[in-house]
Amino acid sequence: MIPATLAANPSLDRWLSFPSAGKVRVAFGKVEYGQGAMTALAQIAAEELDVAFERLIVVNAATGAVPDEGMTVGSMSIEMSGASLRAAAAEVRALFLAEAAKRLRCEAGDLDVVDGAMLMDGAPSGLDYWKLSPDVNLAVAPSGTARWKTSDRHRLVGTSTPRLDLPSKVFGGGFIQDMPLKGVTHARVLRQPGHKATLAVLDQAAIRKAAGADIEIVVDGAFVAFLSRSERAVSLAVAAAEQNARWNEARVAEPELCEPIALKTLPATPWEGGAPASDASNRRKHKASYGRPFIAHGSMAPACGVARFDNGTLTVWTHAQGVYPIRGVLARITGLAPDKIQVEHAQGAGCYGHNGADDAACDAAALAVRRPGETIRVQWRREDEFGFAPVGTAMHIELAGEIDASGRLVDFSTEIWSAPHIGRGFALVESALSPGSAPPAPPVMPFSGGRLNAVPSYEIAATRVKENVIVPPVRTSSLRGLGGPVNTYAGECFIDELAEIAGADPLAYRLGMTTEPRARAVLERLGEISGWAGRGAAGSGEGLGLAYVRHRDRGAMVGVAVALSVDTEVRLKHMWCVADCGLVINPDGARNQIEGGMIMAASWALKEQVKLGGAGIASTMWDDYPILRFNEVPLVDVELMAQPNAAPLGTGEISLGPTLAAIGNAVAHALGSRIRELPYTRERIARQLLAG
Amino acid sequence: MVRDITLTVNGARRTFRADTRATLLDVLRSDLGLTGPRFGCGAEQCGSCAVLIDGEDKPSCAVEAATLEGKTIVTVEGLGTPEQPHPLQTAFLEKQAGQCGYCLSGILIGAKALLDRNPAPERAEIADALAWHLCRCGAHNRILDAVALAASRLRAAS
Repeated sequence: MIPATLAANPSLDRWLSFPSAGKVRVAFGKVEYGQGAMTALAQIAAEELDVAFERLIVVNAATGAVPDEGMTVGSMSIEMSGASLRAAAAEVRALFLAEAAKRLRCEAGDLDVVDGAMLMDGAPSGLDYWKLSPDVNLAVAPSGTARWKTSDRHRLVGTSTPRLDLPSKVFGGGFIQDMPLKGVTHARVLRQPGHKATLAVLDQAAIRKAAGADIEIVVDGAFVAFLSRSERAVSLAVAAAEQNARWNEARVAEPELCEPIALKTLPATPWEGGAPASDASNRRKHKASYGRPFIAHGSMAPACGVARFDNGTLTVWTHAQGVYPIRGVLARITGLAPDKIQVEHAQGAGCYGHNGADDAACDAAALAVRRPGETIRVQWRREDEFGFAPVGTAMHIELAGEIDASGRLVDFSTEIWSAPHIGRGFALVESALSPGSAPPAPPVMPFSGGRLNAVPSYEIAATRVKENVIVPPVRTSSLRGLGGPVNTYAGECFIDELAEIAGADPLAYRLGMTTEPRARAVLERLGEISGWAGRGAAGSGEGLGLAYVRHRDRGAMVGVAVALSVDTEVRLKHMWCVADCGLVINPDGARNQIEGGMIMAASWALKEQVKLGGAGIASTMWDDYPILRFNEVPLVDVELMAQPNAAPLGTGEISLGPTLAAIGNAVAHALGSRIRELPYTRERIARQLLAG
Repeated sequence: MVRDITLTVNGARRTFRADTRATLLDVLRSDLGLTGPRFGCGAEQCGSCAVLIDGEDKPSCAVEAATLEGKTIVTVEGLGTPEQPHPLQTAFLEKQAGQCGYCLSGILIGAKALLDRNPAPERAEIADALAWHLCRCGAHNRILDAVALAASRLRAAS
């Protein structure tokens, strides 16, 4: 079968070509944001073509230049793009071998490829990709018959090739923010406080005075921007503008709506599925509620967008998660036809989902079409990134379980309250350009991400899921893992509660509900490396907890254990992860992603909560939104189970859920009582100790 | 108000005219074209913009350049180049100590300042020295390993 994104972009030359002697051009639609996708995908292409990795020229993602593979999301780059590249490379290799066989009057099966050169019966044939290239037409669709290598023949896949993008980043470059700054027009945007707000007063004279240099002020509806050749002048202008603008109909965000339980008070669209209601009476029943607040992406770099409009064509440089999807929004904002819009990826800081990148690109585009022939660079401030980029939604989850006489979980229900986890396709500048107009319809879709891993990853006879998709007080969109990590946090903490009711050890309880050998191997190995057998009694102040998930019910199998202590606050000591991610393309890259996910989840678990107030988000600086620091990060060990003959599975999001839950379970073990709401701050620990 | 300011930046004496309200980060990026120090928050809260000021690691995003007349500034570009990397840069690449890398310019500077004052730091001392630098990707342990590796190599070489 032809992989989906190859079928959608069938011409092989869009993926691979041989542009000059000794070089291979490789193109794919996924973008790099520090997760290592570019390097791992390049490894797959070099592997199947049998060329040295150094021969590759990886094309920067740009519309027209790379296949359209949508967004770079959902831990799916290796599974989707990797599958397409592998198939495309196998097809290309087969076309070249067929041409070589014709010239050499032999069978393709007599030929092999070593670093791009064809060998016949093991001896040099004098032919290689580059010599044959003029006579091999790659502007053809895949046959669907080419076969890729089996893992025993891999020499590059499975090795820890260093990241292609990292060197420039340790020598002071590499980011969209570092594109040449000379000769550009710098811009800052004064953000509209909510989509209904209209501008009442803007004291332009005061703002110009504060800027200290010539600036241009653009006012269109509620869209207010400051432009100048001097970046300093526009920074001073936008800071002054905050004090010199008054708005009507500004949004009012109630502070208490930042608590997950408050989601139950908001209008909701329900969805329901699963087994009919249980009427068994001979079972023990247990209920518990869990919550996670709104979480900021917290990208280290506030968003940046660069755009230029020349001769009717708009070029936009962006660190958005894909170059094709954003074109529709850009077309709507500028009134240009999509084919007059060129989008080029430029690397940004880690985004972990839908942050301010798309909005900043749209800001730049809206300004560029007003200033033809100028390169417009919009840099967001930290306050803008925290205050106006979408956030990951809070979730409130109510669980009910029934256990049979043996203690086994046989009936599981979850009811979820969540705003949409996917809110793409609309930019802040749109509501600013037409203030007071209705916001876009809330994206209540059949899939909004809130039900991922809603049910714990065990063999449970009857399960049912209800989701209430609420309209949030602030904009929400995709954050690493969507609803999956939160559901896993709730579900896996709940499993520990049931184990306790059943009088079972949490690890043994989980093993008792899964027969899948790969899952069992993960759990058993996790027990070994975390010293589970030596786990002490509950309530000592020292905690050891674990959790397990099968990512999205079909992906990687992941177990995490956490050792910590609790006195006045939680101190993380050690975290372990065992993951079965199938065939691993780049083991060090996979470990880096898994470890990074664990530390991010630890930060969510102990520290993070978006605060609301005023016209929206009130936590607009790092001091208001603390994250885990170097001297709070525990040791982390990650082990990958070797599965060379299994399909590769994504890694970017897989470790967050089990880490949240393992921390929850370890805190409960340390305290001897359970806290069911994140984050586990000093205040919350103190309340629990007082209540206990 | 505009005035002339003279700084020694990465070993070279540089005089330029700048608004007295311009921050050191503004001047390094806009006037001197050094992209290593990065804009992260503008409020000395994240460490992305760290540089050495007379040998001490400091944020550059809020301090006014005009207050630093005559001082010596080192940015990450002044540590090493791809051709002649600093042992810290080599160690960071060897350990693949970074994901997105946006925090690394500041962290490399913080590590340089630490190793200059303490050539043999314990792991906890490295963590404490870097605690004012934020890393969102969770590359902390690799970064601690890389700093320790560079420290051991620098000690062996001296």
